[in-house]
Amino acid sequence: MAVDVGGLSPYDWGPTIRAACFGCGKSMKKIMVCLKRVVDYNVRVRVKADGTGVVTDGVKMSINPFDEIALEEALRIRERGGAAEVVVVTIGPADCQQQLRTGLAMGADRAILVEHGTELEPLAVAGLLLKLVEKEHPDLVIVGKQAIDDDCNQTGQMLAALWDRPQATFASKLEVDGDRIRVTREVDAGLEVIEADLPAVVTTDLRLNEPRYVKLPDIMKAKKKPLEILAAGSLGAALEPSLRTTGYAPPPERQKGAMVADVDALVGALRDKGFLG
Amino acid sequence: MTAKILIIAEHAGGRLNQSTARCLACASQISPGAGADVLVAGSQCGAVAAEAAALAGVAEVLVIDRAENSAPVAAVLAPQIAALATAYDYVLGPSTTFGKDLMPRVAALLRVGQVSDLMSVEGPRRFTRPVYAGNAIQSVEVPEGTRVIATVRTASFRPVAAGAAAPIRGVQVGAALPTHTRFIELRSGGGGERPDLQTARLVISGGRGVGSEANFRILYQLAGKMGAAVGASRAAVDAGFVPNDMQVGQTGKIIAPELYMAFGISGAIQHLTGIKDAGLIVAVNKDPEAPIFQIADIGLVGDLFQVIPELEKRIG
Repeated sequence: MAVDVGGLSPYDWGPTIRAACFGCGKSMKKIMVCLKRVVDYNVRVRVKADGTGVVTDGVKMSINPFDEIALEEALRIRERGGAAEVVVVTIGPADCQQQLRTGLAMGADRAILVEHGTELEPLAVAGLLLKLVEKEHPDLVIVGKQAIDDDCNQTGQMLAALWDRPQATFASKLEVDGDRIRVTREVDAGLEVIEADLPAVVTTDLRLNEPRYVKLPDIMKAKKKPLEILAAGSLGAALEPSLRTTGYAPPPERQKGAMVADVDALVGALRDKGFLG
Repeated sequence: MTAKILIIAEHAGGRLNQSTARCLACASQISPGAGADVLVAGSQCGAVAAEAAALAGVAEVLVIDRAENSAPVAAVLAPQIAALATAYDYVLGPSTTFGKDLMPRVAALLRVGQVSDLMSVEGPRRFTRPVYAGNAIQSVEVPEGTRVIATVRTASFRPVAAGAAAPIRGVQVGAALPTHTRFIELRSGGGGERPDLQTARLVISGGRGVGSEANFRILYQLAGKMGAAVGASRAAVDAGFVPNDMQVGQTGKIIAPELYMAFGISGAIQHLTGIKDAGLIVAVNKDPEAPIFQIADIGLVGDLFQVIPELEKRIG
């Protein structure tokens, strides 16, 4: 069996052996998934009165939903024998361990926290991820297409650029075929299909999959899985920001308009505004 | 010294995308009267270059015409743009899926951060952009001496008009192009012969309340009569009623039509983010408590299956 299992613990043998039976017999050793801790999707975000940011005190924090989709996709690839190991990584304060534990409970094999106390720009994050990539040598990196806090939509593309590897953004379908991937991307004109050589970076769109729910026994099991902590400063990546945030403001509100009683009134109102000829 | 601005043109099928004219409007606010250069990277893209040259505010159109550029693959385009970018203070691309894919790769090659979804120009180096799905507006400043790389939130800028024809110049860049990423195909979506969702004056949109793919037909009929484009909420796309490229909202298309009519859309914040630059928002929903009524200019509580046929009759 021509599968290199060097560096894997006995724990990983099961998936590796299954992986050998999949497709053309070649499977990935490792998928790296990057998670970001963000204000939960359901929280109604408010700007602080002094305009220095948004209110995060006492607010529920979660894994960025797009990153959860990224992890789900990695787990599905591993579960069907396409990869031996799934590693979740994040960059942020010590509190991010919660989100890594959730990732481990979902099924990731191990976790790495790159600890850093202040907010970093996507380019700095990509630089740190590159250092992890150089250390871990994943065959595939999957990240959410954007984080729902800063909505930047940059990190995956920047990592791919720094790594000088392919990027397949906004994925709604991901197929692994030996040392290549075929990705269906949600683009403005429809669905674009591209092919890329591994290793590569994929960023996920909403319709790639529906992430699983975490079950209680898995949360218990996750506590025993390895979680490594590294200091951001120790990795040798440039962390200086290139932009300066000068403040935050609430968005301009659209005024609530008038209700009309029936279609006649609606047509009248539209005609008054110059629509419908 | 006037700022030098490079705009990355978006094009497909031999036509320039309107997002380029919107980026030019943004450039004219950054550096009024100076003019910006437009880069057309493609293969056999002479017609696109001519279209770009005819827009107001264009100083010069640069063309990189090579077979590798026949499809817009970010990994192939980015090194070419990065090579040209060193002669510019600003590089702007549209915040469409084309620009969102490409520009961060360019920024990273240049080792500089990116301003995503630039929505207003507050000064030559001061901009605003939406964060938290539009629940907050962030002000950012790019320090003097740092190259500005940005994606322009196209709905926030009106396209520039036609202008005097600008010169067109072919350029060659020495950048090595990777072969690790290959375009296979584009499956175009549900637009058909209808107007393009991102540039249409009138947009009619349906949500979960439409109920099925078949029921969307009544929206298409009304749109046909009005000459409108058709959009949808995420719920309608997830339910399989319509293809993904019809999705309007935070993770779909951000649009600014003169008239937006929402049928059976409750109005999740992510959807509202995609339409709040519309001139007039009309909402029709059975549920009087639907959040969309909070931002609609005209609201009608009613059953879309009764309202749409009646509307069609009145228009007809």
